[in-house]
Amino acid sequence: METVNETYSYITNMEVMQILLKIKSTKKKFGMRNLATVTYEALQYLEESPCKTQTRESITNYLRDLATYKLKPHEVLQMVNDPPTSALHTQLLIDDNKEPLTDEQNEAIIQLTHKHFQAGNTEQTATTTTAAPTSTTTQPAAVTTTDETAETVETTPVDEAAATQ
Amino acid sequence: MFVLAELKDNVRIGPDQFNLKLVDAVRDEIDRKLANKVLLNVGLCIALKEIVSLKDSIILPGDGASHTEVLFRYVVFRPMVGTVITGKIRNCSREGVHVTLGFFDDILIPHAALQHPSRFDEAEQAWVWEYPLEDGAKHDLFMDVGEPIKFRVSREIFEETSPIGPPKTEGQSSQGAGTSAAAAAAASAASQEVKAPYKIIGAINESGLGVLSWWDQQGKDDEDEEDGEDNAEYDDEDGEGACEE
Repeated sequence: METVNETYSYITNMEVMQILLKIKSTKKKFGMRNLATVTYEALQYLEESPCKTQTRESITNYLRDLATYKLKPHEVLQMVNDPPTSALHTQLLIDDNKEPLTDEQNEAIIQLTHKHFQAGNTEQTATTTTAAPTSTTTQPAAVTTTDETAETVETTPVDEAAATQ
Repeated sequence: MFVLAELKDNVRIGPDQFNLKLVDAVRDEIDRKLANKVLLNVGLCIALKEIVSLKDSIILPGDGASHTEVLFRYVVFRPMVGTVITGKIRNCSREGVHVTLGFFDDILIPHAALQHPSRFDEAEQAWVWEYPLEDGAKHDLFMDVGEPIKFRVSREIFEETSPIGPPKTEGQSSQGAGTSAAAAAAASAASQEVKAPYKIIGAINESGLGVLSWWDQQGKDDEDEEDGEDNAEYDDEDGEGACEE
């Protein structure tokens, strides 16, 4: 066996999950125990990870929105595989030694996660029609990340309204 | 965490599989050979993604099978150094915390790379982070088996494994399986130490790394919330001012 290129390209967890799901549904041959084992175990891991709810479109949209932050490719890949849900999380993934991320930028990135991947945020669609004026008052409070669920639900309609303008 | 590796190999298709389409037969043979195996300096092979090209199939004298040179791309598990991964704690030993991902087991976080200060509790056989509170008291945060843990990959170690002696058990290929118990069983039969062909060394000595519940600021119960806020203050000491308002 010859290794032509050991890192031909990177691949997101979501793509791996799709490949494995396809294999799981088609192959049932004997002598393929290793493949079945690793497929099963890898799928178990991936299904507990954030990639379960991702789709091609949601990832491409996310990448488009992230382009403004000029992140390195490996940082972007990590963010797709494990979208940050808190400021601390974002700082782990993004190396900001040269240009530290401001609080607003950090918060905006977290908003993107909720917007594209709906990380545990099921009330997002319900609040789009309501609470537009009240959300401005909660915005300063939302910059703190001590209580994400309440504040971010109200601030995402503002983001989406701004984005559609 | 995963990469696509481009590999080339000469695949032998026995006459009993001539009824299959060449592509399918080749795909199965490649998977049979590579799935769940570690390739030196490549990583843990998971599954075939696509066949790029097939050369002409030839028949060699003395063998009724066809031999085809195949160029293909394989999904390989090989996290980049510096990546942050979430796994589960498998067990703790004196040397550190062993983490597993389900399909990959050989991840070690050595005790030097644990949150400082940590101690090993012999009774519980678990590492404990002695989180220093404001008033000088210490809060013990245990690393229990089964807890989800976030860590950063600091090193990867590939080791050459040689074929395991004459088969008393089944014959093994020259590259050991990443996670299967067969390697361990054969090794115990041969009474030698199993060297993991691919090891990952991790670290959790940064804010935000470690057991997930330590940094979970949703605060399910009072204790968790207290830990979350305390940890946020701890961040400040490390200079992570942005997350504390």
